[in-house]
Amino acid sequence: MDRYSVELIDVVKVFRDRSGAKDHIVAVDGVSLKLIQGELLTLLGPSGCGKTTTLRMVGGFEMPTSGKVVLDGKVINDFPPHKRDTAMVFQSYALFPHLTVFENVAYGLRMRKMEKDAIVAKARHALSLVGLEGLEERQPGSLSGGQQQRVALARALVVEPKVLLLDEPLSNLDARLRAQMRIEIRKIQQALNITSMYVTHDQEEAMSLSDRIAVMNHGRIEQIGTPQEVYAKPVNRFVADFMGRKTTFLDGKVMGFDENLMHVSVMDAVLPFERVSGINTGDDVEIVVRSETVDIVPPGCGTFPGRIIHAAYFGSQVLYEVDLMGTTITAEIPDPQEREMFTQGSEVGINLKTRSIHVLPRANNGQIT
Amino acid sequence: MQEPLVLLVILLIAASLFLFVIYPLYSVLKTSLIQRDGSIGLGVYSGLLAKSYNRRPLINSIRLGAIVAVLGTIIGFIFAYCTTRVNLPFTGFFRAVAMFPMISPPFIMSLATIMLFGNNGFITKKILRGMVNLKIYGLGGLVLVETLAYFPTAYLVLSGVLQAIDPSIEDAACDLGASWWQVFRTVTLPLAIPGIASSLLLIFIESLADFGNPIILSGDYQVLAVQAYLRITGLYDLPGGAALAVILLVPSLVAFFVQKYWVSRKSYVTVTGKPSGQQISRSEPWVKTAALIVCLVLTGIILLFYGTVLVGSFMTLWGVSYDFTLANYRHVFVVGGEHIKDTLFLSTVSTPITGILAMIIAFIVVRKEFFGRQALELTSMLTFAVPGTVVGIGYILAFNQPPIMLTGTAAIIIILFVFRNMPTGIQSGIAALQQIDPSIEEASCDLGADSSTTFRNITLPLISPAFFSGLVFSFVRCVTAISAIIFVVSGKWKLITVAVLGSVENSDLAQAAAFCVVIIAMVLSAIGIINLLVYQPWKRGGQKRLKEPTISGGAESWIGTA
Repeated sequence: MDRYSVELIDVVKVFRDRSGAKDHIVAVDGVSLKLIQGELLTLLGPSGCGKTTTLRMVGGFEMPTSGKVVLDGKVINDFPPHKRDTAMVFQSYALFPHLTVFENVAYGLRMRKMEKDAIVAKARHALSLVGLEGLEERQPGSLSGGQQQRVALARALVVEPKVLLLDEPLSNLDARLRAQMRIEIRKIQQALNITSMYVTHDQEEAMSLSDRIAVMNHGRIEQIGTPQEVYAKPVNRFVADFMGRKTTFLDGKVMGFDENLMHVSVMDAVLPFERVSGINTGDDVEIVVRSETVDIVPPGCGTFPGRIIHAAYFGSQVLYEVDLMGTTITAEIPDPQEREMFTQGSEVGINLKTRSIHVLPRANNGQIT
Repeated sequence: MQEPLVLLVILLIAASLFLFVIYPLYSVLKTSLIQRDGSIGLGVYSGLLAKSYNRRPLINSIRLGAIVAVLGTIIGFIFAYCTTRVNLPFTGFFRAVAMFPMISPPFIMSLATIMLFGNNGFITKKILRGMVNLKIYGLGGLVLVETLAYFPTAYLVLSGVLQAIDPSIEDAACDLGASWWQVFRTVTLPLAIPGIASSLLLIFIESLADFGNPIILSGDYQVLAVQAYLRITGLYDLPGGAALAVILLVPSLVAFFVQKYWVSRKSYVTVTGKPSGQQISRSEPWVKTAALIVCLVLTGIILLFYGTVLVGSFMTLWGVSYDFTLANYRHVFVVGGEHIKDTLFLSTVSTPITGILAMIIAFIVVRKEFFGRQALELTSMLTFAVPGTVVGIGYILAFNQPPIMLTGTAAIIIILFVFRNMPTGIQSGIAALQQIDPSIEEASCDLGADSSTTFRNITLPLISPAFFSGLVFSFVRCVTAISAIIFVVSGKWKLITVAVLGSVENSDLAQAAAFCVVIIAMVLSAIGIINLLVYQPWKRGGQKRLKEPTISGGAESWIGTA
């Protein structure tokens, strides 16, 4: 299939600095993306990485400096937002404060000069889809944050856009509501089979609702892939560091290969890791140690000796900061009730769950795959 | 109230507000009720309002105010939309020019109009060669002049309102398929309605209160502010003048209360989550071209008016001889030297008093709980809505006899300046304070500072932008004031605006123009000096720029009545 719902081809966006024409800010630096029908792709990255600008270029709120934005096979670079078949859910919801909930949802249909009966039917349907029946006549200002969020979603969905754009839609909600809404958004998106682009800086959100994630940094895509690929097989140090709760990098050297395994010397041990193509014997590597791949065992038992610097109890898990021969690593131990707990200052043993640990070539300078 | 000092300050402020705001108004009301035979009653009013001829000034004032309010708001809105929503070049220049009328004496527009369109005007005589008789004396001329003088009010209010609309709301409308015009009609305009209503009412108040323009340009189109003045100074009819003042006060106060307690509550600002702050420029070429033309024409007209005054100030006799001369300035500095000196002295004394008092009142009103707090706030804001003519009449009636005999002194002028120019400072102070988390002040108290120490060390530095904008405003108003002050000036204390009026009455337009140029120069240097004091560019890096207070603090605070 060579026709994609959305395609970005080498898109660049340069902002001119307001204070002087000589300073340019490259917000998006050559981004290429392809979305198939019904796919939800998330742009994930720290603030200022260009993810929102990329989204706004698809919506038509920014014009790309160079490159192409293609919607359903048609280049739409020069189309203003109202001529594009996209609909956006804004971070601030951007509800029309002078219109009722119903009027907000009906707005896009009215602009499309639809029959009145059809507008009522479609708007009601969209409101029921997001679970807001009965609130039609309320003013947006009288709704809770979660309800406002649903109105914004219904308002975007009701025009049946080719692409749904969501710009950090959940960032103004509290944690519990956020978790609930992301499941709902994903369910609705899948039920309607609507192609969607989603912007967030929250990796948990990205992983739980995306078909694919594009991790962005400094205006570029560092890695694009399924949540599993991006999390478990980061292509470079930035992605490895950005994903996961707490990542520590340990230096290693490849000693040799054995079928699908590669033996790497780490500190004073040699450990087997899954083979990574492009890495050869003798190469310097970095071991990506995520907190959940570290196990803490009684002293004398593990691969490495260590000492607890700090212990934090979370109920469902314990987080240890451990000194491993001068390097501080974080260990996340589930089910603390089932196991021995260690106190600050105690000597322990450390095991690495090598099957879950990814290895990167050293000094990877962030090539895009 | 645990702190005696705070209590004392509140009592002092309440007493002075009563004495210098309430009591003069009461004097006006009382005097207007003194009938010809000395008894108390409504005789003066029935005499004034019985004949249709006598009712005319009231109708004229209201009609003029309504027309100017509508035209000024339309122009102000267009100008605000062009400078906030369309990505135009020279926006800073357009804004600066639009602010000119706010910092110049009220009658400068009339002066320029006479110089351009009067019987001996440059355009009438030199360009049209007397073929067309332009009737500038009367309603037509007043509408032109007041619209130009007061549209900046609308511009400030409405650009504040337009900037406060989260741009993503308009983005959303556009995203859902609305064209530029549809976004404007269905989103931007409805959201600006409260601001438009505010602007209509504020300009209406300003036009009602205007004295400087109608006294020069009204011809036989009589308006209340001028008639009240003439009745007192020309006919020595104190009850009649007072009654006209009361009649003038009523529509002003009605408009003020409608604005303050009804319209300003209808604002749509702050409805949803965090605004994205990204401003999309409506860059459709025809919108941009149209906006640019509108801005160029409007600033062109303003510059033509000011340019006429500037050029005219160097002419021998405007309308007759257009030879270059410095004689007008010689006259201004020799004959008018005292006026300049007195004006500078009185303004320089009253400005800091106004600024500090305004901040203290703002602080007390926002942060302290006490009986009568709302009454105190309302009273302190009252002079804003009261036309200058009414205040001036009130002061001569109230302070012309023992126990408080102030006429002819510098004190009466300074007090008048302070209490007339305070409301804007209070308003911006209140707006600034409401943005400062009270816990910052609580932290100071918690660490051992008392109320006044906290105010000096914590609050005042945080609200300093409001304080300094209050200072600028106050100084500008002092130097350009005419309507109230004309009643209390004396042979001993002369003011420059009164001198301009004298020159106009003598038909020496070139001289009046030179006076106006000097006034504007004084205003601009004062603004420059205060800015230097605030930002101290000679210090490395300068003082950190504090964030401007929001709409009501920054922009609206510049709106005041003549």
